[in-house]
Amino acid sequence: MNVLYGLYRADEGEIRVGGEQVIFHSPKDAIEHGIGMVHQHFMLIPVMTVAENIVLGVEPSVHGVLLDYGTASSSVRKLADSFGFAVDTDALVQDITVGQQQRVEILKALYRKADILILDEPTAVLTPQEAGELFEILRSLTEEGLSIIFITHKLDEVLEIADRITVLRRGKLISTLPAKGATEESLARAMVGRDVLLEVEKAERAPGETLLQVDGLRVHDDRGVQKVRGVSLEVRAGEIVGIAGVDGNGQTELIDALTGLRRPDDGRIELGGHDVTHDSAREHFAAGIGHIPEDRQRRGLVLEFSIAENLALHEFRKPPASRLGWLFPRRLLERAGRLITEFDIRGGDPTTPAGSLSGGNQQKVILAREIDRDPRVLIAAQPTRGLDVGAIEFVHRRLVEERDRGRAILLVSLELDEILSLSDRILVLYEGEFVGEFPPTVTQQELGLAMTGGGQGEQAA
Amino acid sequence: MSESVRQLPEEPAPESVVARYGLLQRAGGILVPILTVVLAFLVGGIVILLTTGSVADTLETYREIFKGSGLSWFFDVGNNSIGIPFTDAHVWFPWDTNEAVSESAANLQQTLILWVPLVLTGLAVAFAFRCGLFNIGGQGQYLAGSIAAVLIATELPKAVALPSFVLIVVCVLGAMIAGAALAGIAGFLKGTVGAHEVITTIMLNWIVIWVGSYLFGVGGPFQTGASSALPSSEDISEKAALPVFWGDPFLQGLHIGFFIALAALVVYSLTLNRTTLGYEVRAVGHNPEGARYGGISVARNYFLAMAIAGLFAGLAGALDILGWQFRLDTTQLQGSQIGFIGIAVALLGRNTALGVGLAGLLFAALQTGTASRNLDPSVFNPELASSLAIIIQGLVVLFVGADVIILLALRRIRRTRARGATA
Repeated sequence: MNVLYGLYRADEGEIRVGGEQVIFHSPKDAIEHGIGMVHQHFMLIPVMTVAENIVLGVEPSVHGVLLDYGTASSSVRKLADSFGFAVDTDALVQDITVGQQQRVEILKALYRKADILILDEPTAVLTPQEAGELFEILRSLTEEGLSIIFITHKLDEVLEIADRITVLRRGKLISTLPAKGATEESLARAMVGRDVLLEVEKAERAPGETLLQVDGLRVHDDRGVQKVRGVSLEVRAGEIVGIAGVDGNGQTELIDALTGLRRPDDGRIELGGHDVTHDSAREHFAAGIGHIPEDRQRRGLVLEFSIAENLALHEFRKPPASRLGWLFPRRLLERAGRLITEFDIRGGDPTTPAGSLSGGNQQKVILAREIDRDPRVLIAAQPTRGLDVGAIEFVHRRLVEERDRGRAILLVSLELDEILSLSDRILVLYEGEFVGEFPPTVTQQELGLAMTGGGQGEQAA
Repeated sequence: MSESVRQLPEEPAPESVVARYGLLQRAGGILVPILTVVLAFLVGGIVILLTTGSVADTLETYREIFKGSGLSWFFDVGNNSIGIPFTDAHVWFPWDTNEAVSESAANLQQTLILWVPLVLTGLAVAFAFRCGLFNIGGQGQYLAGSIAAVLIATELPKAVALPSFVLIVVCVLGAMIAGAALAGIAGFLKGTVGAHEVITTIMLNWIVIWVGSYLFGVGGPFQTGASSALPSSEDISEKAALPVFWGDPFLQGLHIGFFIALAALVVYSLTLNRTTLGYEVRAVGHNPEGARYGGISVARNYFLAMAIAGLFAGLAGALDILGWQFRLDTTQLQGSQIGFIGIAVALLGRNTALGVGLAGLLFAALQTGTASRNLDPSVFNPELASSLAIIIQGLVVLFVGADVIILLALRRIRRTRARGATA
């Protein structure tokens, strides 16, 4: 996608727009050929108004120097109206909702006269309701004659919105098929190359004793803003507790506090009866926490380290990995060999750098490391982010297996499907507080409503 | 594992950016530094060509530099003998070790004497680099070691009579601690308040230089009264001088610091690859956030890595003082460049023990080979000679920084060739 938008250059091959072969040296070339892109993470300037953001780079000006804000605002408003977008053009971007920010991104592309629109995982940051609104907008845009490329890993979305579906696997085009007649199963098969179990098989199980107990936890982020505001929860042995919520509602800070990476301002964390509130990350691990971090490349792995070295990240200080500060590389390799077999890690031997593995196998390395330590409490943050369907199946099945072995599992995810299919109980985090607890039989709509604060969080446009 | 997983078609993992870069680095691991050096000598050759005006003289100049470096000694194989230490016995040896007869042997001693501090300051840069820190303070740490060694080796024997071996050990340890303490300040500041190590180490360099200039300068507390034209410390006690194992002890023979530097290379490699400390240092160097997640204290490792870097540089200072300088004067303090060349040594050696050893030899040979006494004035103007060494050093550093460009050029050549083959 970045090649299409001119951010990267292709090593080989050609791009044709409207039958004409083009070479994009920069996004500017792509824009000139009518290609617009909406990135997963928005490229907006929060302190500027909607209109200013949209005209940025192609501003109407007075005498070539001064910004003609009046013209900018009115032309943007006219454009928004013509497509039926409800956006306040004079509002600051930081004051509008994420769904509206996305509309601003789309308008930005339309303002540059894009007739091909690329959307990269556009629903990742939206609630189900907002996603529904986005789909309506996209449908009206295609009726206007625009072409839309919609990139997603969610099978149900692609079936709902697309006319034609192209499946990519490891950088290769596997097949292009009409959306009519395709099913989630047939898509999953094309994506992985075999039949995939989309539903997680999970037996009812009575949870045991409480292993993780959190009371009145308050945590601030790096800028000093309190992101977790009085959270209490408990996770019992043999139970998966899911935390649902829109990104940025305190999930990261909550996980950091639970794993000792961030000092809580207030509250108490008990692990199997021991107070670990003010302990370091190392002490948390020692007390029996396993942590699958949300960003596996930045945090979960040292990409330049071999698989064996990565697997030793918690164990290297103790025998048998080392004694008196002296490391035994051969023992690390032996252990890695065993875990590679047990967790079916493909794409290398124990000496292969973790960075050269595929995302799914990188995640298996982390899973192997965290589970092999036999933790009592496993905190899984976005454990399947960016993985293909086959790897997702593996991770999900493994998490359920670990639940059945009596571990307490706290699952934090932005994927509602994942939360719904794995959790025994679901907590909804909104602006740093739990706003509801649901059984796994709850519908996406009910959860979605709770995720926006029960509807009260909707801001007027 | 269920059977269904095993049926997954085996496909190589997609090339990630990291993987591709890692591969290029490994593939170019030996080739690229060599190309870098060749390129530097080629461009250096243009400089010589401009001054001498003839290709023949240019080649002759490089030949002279090579001879002057003493490296030609290795190619001068004959029927010689070598004495076995502590006995009168002699056995056959391919090279002539008698430097009174063989000029190249004397030159090689000079090169190797210089090799010792270059390797050690190179390791000081390399070790910090493996922790993700750019230690520009090798020079300051080296001088801190020198100052400590001079002070101990001149003052301690006045107070107590120590056996030579003990005195040397105390001097060396004192110098290493001085270097470690100085570098540790930068590491501590980096770890606690995030002060950038490039800034702090440069500042600390100047502090050491001026503290030294005060101590040994005119009117300074440790300046000897012998000469006020060239203010310097007293000479160190004879007992503190390192034993010389090859060459004349009074004419700068090769001292046992050579073996200490060799050992330091081994210690460096083992510490990084075979200890939990090295594991932590490398983890922090590659991915501080990942290390922190794994329960490793990033701040502690920044401090330790800098302190260990300081140990290496401080050791370099001690070995130079006890090995051949025997005193410290203010021109040395302010004009010495050893620690800075050490940066180039680490860069060219790619922060590996073997690489640093070889790069150190290259720079030491270049330095000795271009010393004006070694160049024939009829071939190359000796006044330009030492500048030539600096030019070539600069070019090497420049090209080392641009090694990615060399890699890309290599890849392009390979690709066009592959395309030509398929067409």
